[in-house]
Amino acid sequence: MLVLARKQGESLMIGDNIEIQIIEIRGDQVKIGVNAPRDVNVYRREVFNLIQDENKAAAKSSMVLPKIGLPPKE
Amino acid sequence: MIVETKAYGPIEVNELQKVLFPNGLFGFEKFTQFVLMNAHQDPFYILQSTESKDLAFVLIDPFLFRTDYELDISDEILSTIEISNQEDALVFALVTIPLTGQAMTANLAGPVIINKNSRKGIQAVLQDQKWKTKHDIISELAESRSH
Repeated sequence: MLVLARKQGESLMIGDNIEIQIIEIRGDQVKIGVNAPRDVNVYRREVFNLIQDENKAAAKSSMVLPKIGLPPKE
Repeated sequence: MIVETKAYGPIEVNELQKVLFPNGLFGFEKFTQFVLMNAHQDPFYILQSTESKDLAFVLIDPFLFRTDYELDISDEILSTIEISNQEDALVFALVTIPLTGQAMTANLAGPVIINKNSRKGIQAVLQDQKWKTKHDIISELAESRSH
């Protein structure tokens, strides 16, 4: 992993169209701004991991589906 | 065409049921070819990989049990599956039915969007932290009916 030291207000570029800026540093929290094309997905790592884990759990689902008392779909 | 399915064995499906996920689903990026079919039990659907018989997901229409469900997905992300008009989009949540008998849950944080015309799909990640990966379908359905 490339490690760079940055101060508040400084930023770094990933390629020529993604900018990561250190907005604010307070205690153990860092506020980060991301300027990226709108088709680039940016999300918190934890959210991404949760979704990946849930997909793996979903793939192990029982294929015996319960009745849940909803009307049939149209 | 005949597809080997995890739930029902070999099944005849229509070409129109094929869905391409150019990026796959998170954790299963290598699998891009699926067919969407009705499950034998309403109101579920099954998203079956045509590349691996053992890879199948149960889907549900999330609005059935959460009428307040909202998705904020950028037009640019939607354009990767050629959606320019909301009416082209089908929205599904992946369902987890634990073999251990725990509550059946739906993932509303990472919905699956399918363009019903181009038959391309994508899994989105919602920024709104109100939507979790495990929503208890039965209890939230009961709650929505009690209002």
